[in-house]
Amino acid sequence: MTVLKSETTPLQTEADIVRVRQTVRQWAIQQGFSLVDQTKLVTATSELARNTVVYGGGGTVQLEALTTGSRRGLRLIFVDHGPGIPDIAQAMTDGYTTGEGLGLGLGGAKRLVNEFDITSHTGAGTRVCITKWK
Amino acid sequence: MERIPILQMNDVLLVTIQVDMHDQLALTLQDELTAHIIQARARGVLIDISSLEIVDSFIGRVLSNIAAMARVLDAETVVVGMQPAVAITLVELGLSLTGVRTALNVEKGMAFLRAASA
Repeated sequence: MTVLKSETTPLQTEADIVRVRQTVRQWAIQQGFSLVDQTKLVTATSELARNTVVYGGGGTVQLEALTTGSRRGLRLIFVDHGPGIPDIAQAMTDGYTTGEGLGLGLGGAKRLVNEFDITSHTGAGTRVCITKWK
Repeated sequence: MERIPILQMNDVLLVTIQVDMHDQLALTLQDELTAHIIQARARGVLIDISSLEIVDSFIGRVLSNIAAMARVLDAETVVVGMQPAVAITLVELGLSLTGVRTALNVEKGMAFLRAASA
């Protein structure tokens, strides 16, 4: 697997969420994603970026354009140094929320991509890595 | 402050969302629409989302809230023009837009509102 390009960008404000959605859209178009796959990835990005800003107290997202030769994909790694998630299984459940959301963010984002990995340490932060293949 | 225009046509309020909304802008729209319903004595709210490229759980919740608040104020809400890719994504995300009436386009949305207030 080759990383064609990589970029890390801050996620601190609501404006950053909008900007990252637009960047991911551009990268997905460059990778040749269909409109439906673009929409799914941008929607998952919006959910996870909001989690980073609202629950994680801000952080970063790293974008990677990938190719395996025959396949093209995009990987996004959201990192924050917030309070962490004590019970990931519970947080992944639809309808569970500690905030004002609908509790669809994590579980919903997972359904919209091909690969989903989350690690979190209480008091140290959360890292969510998603990959979508064309 | 950035805001989304709310137009009035007889007793219907029309909103066309044409920008990639940040969360606060969506909440501002929710508050302003509620105030406008009372000021204009509106019986219907039509929200055109044909320019929206995504509807995530936050925007979905705002649309549901608008519909619920409008109903309490005796007005019907209809959301029109959802793009097919957005609809597919919404369903996989698990969002059902509870209580939100939808129509394919502005014309069908207006027909629904006219029938509802008749």
